[in-house]
Amino acid sequence: MLARAVLTVHGLHKKFGALEVVRGVSFEVGAGECYGLLGPNGAGKTTTLRCCLGLTVPDAGEITLDSLPVPARAREARARVGVVPQFDNLDPDFTVRENLQMFARYFGLPRAEVAARIPWLIEYAGLVDKADAPIEALSGGMKRRLTIARALVNDPRVLFLDEPTTGLDPQARHLVWERLKRLLGEGRTIILTTHFMDEAQRLCDRVAIMDHGAFIAEAPPHTLIEREIEPVVIEVYGDGVGAWFEAHARRLAARAELSGDTAFCYCRDPDPLLATLADEPELRVLRRAANLEDVFLKLTGRDLRD
Amino acid sequence: MISVTDRLRFRHVVLRNYRVWRKLLAASLVGHLLDPLFWLVGLGFGLGSLLPSVGGMPYLEFLGSGMICYGVMNSASFEALWSAFARLKQQRTWEGILHAPMTVTDVVIGEWVWAALKGMLSGVAILFVMALLGLVHGVAALWALPVMLLTGLAFAGIALVVTAIARTYDHFIYYFTLFITPMMLVSGVFFPTAQLPPAVQVVAQVLPLSHAIELTRPIVLGRALQGGAIHVLALAAIATIGVVAARALVARRLR
Repeated sequence: MLARAVLTVHGLHKKFGALEVVRGVSFEVGAGECYGLLGPNGAGKTTTLRCCLGLTVPDAGEITLDSLPVPARAREARARVGVVPQFDNLDPDFTVRENLQMFARYFGLPRAEVAARIPWLIEYAGLVDKADAPIEALSGGMKRRLTIARALVNDPRVLFLDEPTTGLDPQARHLVWERLKRLLGEGRTIILTTHFMDEAQRLCDRVAIMDHGAFIAEAPPHTLIEREIEPVVIEVYGDGVGAWFEAHARRLAARAELSGDTAFCYCRDPDPLLATLADEPELRVLRRAANLEDVFLKLTGRDLRD
Repeated sequence: MISVTDRLRFRHVVLRNYRVWRKLLAASLVGHLLDPLFWLVGLGFGLGSLLPSVGGMPYLEFLGSGMICYGVMNSASFEALWSAFARLKQQRTWEGILHAPMTVTDVVIGEWVWAALKGMLSGVAILFVMALLGLVHGVAALWALPVMLLTGLAFAGIALVVTAIARTYDHFIYYFTLFITPMMLVSGVFFPTAQLPPAVQVVAQVLPLSHAIELTRPIVLGRALQGGAIHVLALAAIATIGVVAARALVARRLR
């Protein structure tokens, strides 16, 4: 048990028809923590998140959000949290400023309080020059930042973000990360789903890897990497990689995989393997540290999930 | 304790739609006023000059009072079909509202009331045009306003059910072609239902538009109301069943 858990989920199950999307998920998120739900498409991340917010009613399980039972008192719980959905649902009939004003109305916040807060939100979203622009005039990154700002109208201590940077270019992603770090710096709690491992590694204190509706690992990112993956990864690609892989990689790497025309070799001591590559000028070699993506692929496999 | 203002949360949805509509106020009002004016002048004077009296009244009065109900029906249905569907599907507006401390019930009731108010606005515009043409008999015609609201709620309720189960906008064409248009033709908007074959009359009697017309026409024209309570109850029942069913269907769709 965490000392100050803002979210506890116990034994969560959810079926849609015959398909069991979430199969017995339990976790806790502590105050001020950034918690990441990782998993391939269809793993059950979004459904888990929606259950936590009372937007989807689970078949079984207990959820407590900010001391309130969900879904029984989900509406009250949502008054205290912020939500950034996977697909932008900004109101296209309104400008940037009006979107924030209107969303604040749904919370029943006093007008004066909202009026005082909106300039700060527009500044936070980096949209001072666009405050009175229609939504259609915004780029993807701007829309995302506005959606995050909109989730802050009620000054929540807890934020739920469903794939916050999907579809953004690198510049826009880095800006979103910077904004999220600012929120963490203010002591807010963030629960996010993502399938970008660098995002999770950068932001999250703890991550859970989810597949087929269940958690298959849960730990801080660096702990997961140390526990699951050998420290050095050698990637080899080019013509003739197959023959080299069969001759050396299987024998000299602690673990090796051939995916397409790239060999992934996970090593504790890479030197003997690298020595064999000295005689293979046509092969290209990349040496790097193990990362969360390696963990993810090891645990969930390389098969496509559509 | 849940306060009264909190229970009336659906008003935020009504207000949201009102704020959007206000941006297009001029165009909307011109449409609401000119459209019935053209109908009344064109059909009323043109066709009316051939008909000395219809259902015991001048044709312009007959047509105008029917057009009020037709206007309410049309306007409320359009809003609760096309516009509401855009907010449900294309714009994901409802989804966004549900991320705030709002419920599916708040959203559906808000849309229901808003669509009814838009229907009512359309009816009021026609009543206004009728008054300008000297077709209204006294201030008592204003009692038609609550009837318009009730009519709007009935049609908005049914339309929201259709919206909740629609996959694309194309579904609404069926609703109009198979339900709204035939109803408009048999419910006594343009000619008395007595002109129809008896079998059709029986069906026409139970249609919501007939109830609305049976109430509105005597009220607007200052004539004796017959079976008023039955018509009010019928419209209220349709409105209630519609909105309750729509709420359940939207909740299932957005779960």
